[in-house]
Amino acid sequence: MTFALLIAESPALPLHTAGKYVAGAYIVLFAMLLIYLAIMALRLTRMERNLAELLTQSERQTTQAAPPHAQAQAPIEQESATV
Amino acid sequence: MASSSLYGKGLRTLSIATVVAMAVSLVLVFFYVPLEAEQGFLQKIFYVHVPLAIVALCGFVLGGLLAIQHLRTRDPRWDMRSYVVIHMSLIFALATLITGSIWAKGSWGHWWVWSEPTLVSFLIIFLLYATYQPLRFAIEDPEQQARYASVFAITAGAFVPMNYIAVSLSTAYLHPRVLGSSNNLPASMGFTLMVSLVAMALLFATLCKYELTAKHARQQVRALRRQLSGEGADGTRRTRSAAPSLQGTLPQTAGRGAGA
Amino acid sequence: MKPTVGTWRTVGALLRKELLVELRTLESVPGMSLFAVSTFVVFHFALNRSSIEGDTASGILWVTLLFASILGINRLFVADAEQGGFDGFLLAPVDRSAMFLAKVLTLVAYLVALELVAVPAFALLLLGAPLGPALGNLTVTLLLGDIGVAVIGTLVAALAVRTRARDLLGPLLALPLLVPIVIGGARATAPSLSAAHASGAAARWLLTLGLYDLLFGLIAYALFDFLLED
Repeated sequence: MTFALLIAESPALPLHTAGKYVAGAYIVLFAMLLIYLAIMALRLTRMERNLAELLTQSERQTTQAAPPHAQAQAPIEQESATV
Repeated sequence: MASSSLYGKGLRTLSIATVVAMAVSLVLVFFYVPLEAEQGFLQKIFYVHVPLAIVALCGFVLGGLLAIQHLRTRDPRWDMRSYVVIHMSLIFALATLITGSIWAKGSWGHWWVWSEPTLVSFLIIFLLYATYQPLRFAIEDPEQQARYASVFAITAGAFVPMNYIAVSLSTAYLHPRVLGSSNNLPASMGFTLMVSLVAMALLFATLCKYELTAKHARQQVRALRRQLSGEGADGTRRTRSAAPSLQGTLPQTAGRGAGA
Repeated sequence: MKPTVGTWRTVGALLRKELLVELRTLESVPGMSLFAVSTFVVFHFALNRSSIEGDTASGILWVTLLFASILGINRLFVADAEQGGFDGFLLAPVDRSAMFLAKVLTLVAYLVALELVAVPAFALLLLGAPLGPALGNLTVTLLLGDIGVAVIGTLVAALAVRTRARDLLGPLLALPLLVPIVIGGARATAPSLSAAHASGAAARWLLTLGLYDLLFGLIAYALFDFLLED
């Protein structure tokens, strides 16, 4: 019952001129939001790449500095890191 | 010891709350609130434009308040917060100008009207805050940059309300408001406006938190890189940047451990 | 540091120094005045009008004065920054806000000197209405406007002087902040600059100007210290 009332109240799909402007305004807002999300996504992937680099660098340094018997453990660590 | 401030905490809850609030506000705008007598369907832009304007204005003032905290405590984290809030408010101000312009075109036929005080004062405010980033970039020393930026943020934050009043006075003197004022609103419209305002404020808060978390994480990555390459974390930046640095609040090395 | 020399004495000393330097070097005021007069000539050709009055006159006068003051604002701290004036001042056992007060008063002095040249020139070259009856209104409004421009100008000049692009950033920062002063000033003087000399309701604009001056005077006074540390 209330649903029918809601439908009755809601405006018809805007085919007249005012609709274009309202749609435009909302689209601008939405577009700006999406652009922001895209920028964030780029940043995130770049950060992930950097962290991966740093991780390999860190492990390289640990295996260089560690006593020889630790060399055997290093490959196992590297495998789990690439999960 | 890792940095104790985690900016990302609570981000998920905030995002969900934002989505819910925005959805509710959209439903209210398009299915609940009645059509306005004078402007008809076009008036629906009101529920996007006005919340954007109010949130941007409050954001600029908030930026000033955060800058006051920075000058009082000299903690660079306050400067970071001030920087992010001002940036976000500038973007919201741009959105205000664009939506206001669309509204003006729809109801008055011109893309710009001088008789709408919100649009005019936002133009001035936008021009002012557009100098914030160049000002920061022009000062190399990070501490001085943060300090000068805070002075600017406080001055500009105080300017925002005064400017709005001055512009309103001058336009009221000449023309009546074209795009409708938010006084004498019927209850349903007032309620819808309130909900839209809350949704926009939540959006602002969420985006700021995103930004802060991303910046903080990026700086931690940089600190980590410095540690691993053995440069030590003495905090000398190699490139000029307009963004605040969090040196002093990030993990510092006590010396390179395993390599020695 | 507790100042051992009284603030107003310091302000007096600094003000004397500034005005003496200006009198000897004539760096700012003649340039500003010449700029204003040249601008009036340019306006004559740009507008293709021989006489203007009312809103147009008021607007052109205020805009010209504004841009001429930018010239003065740009030069306000340059000598101090380049010749170690800041360091010398910071070493002295004086209240730091004294520099702010002194610089504001200096700028007001420059602006008054500018207006003593520019307003008669304006009346001679462009103004279509008699200046005499408008003089009272004009003087008060210009004075209030000068204080506002001086306060904002000093703060902005101090902000910009240590940056790299100081001549560009100064005006960019100052112009939006000065808009309310232009609004108040131009609206207040417009009625009296019209041929049908109307003494319009200038009171509300003068009140706005006064409040703006007061508010930003206090804010700038509080914030100036933070710009001087190093």
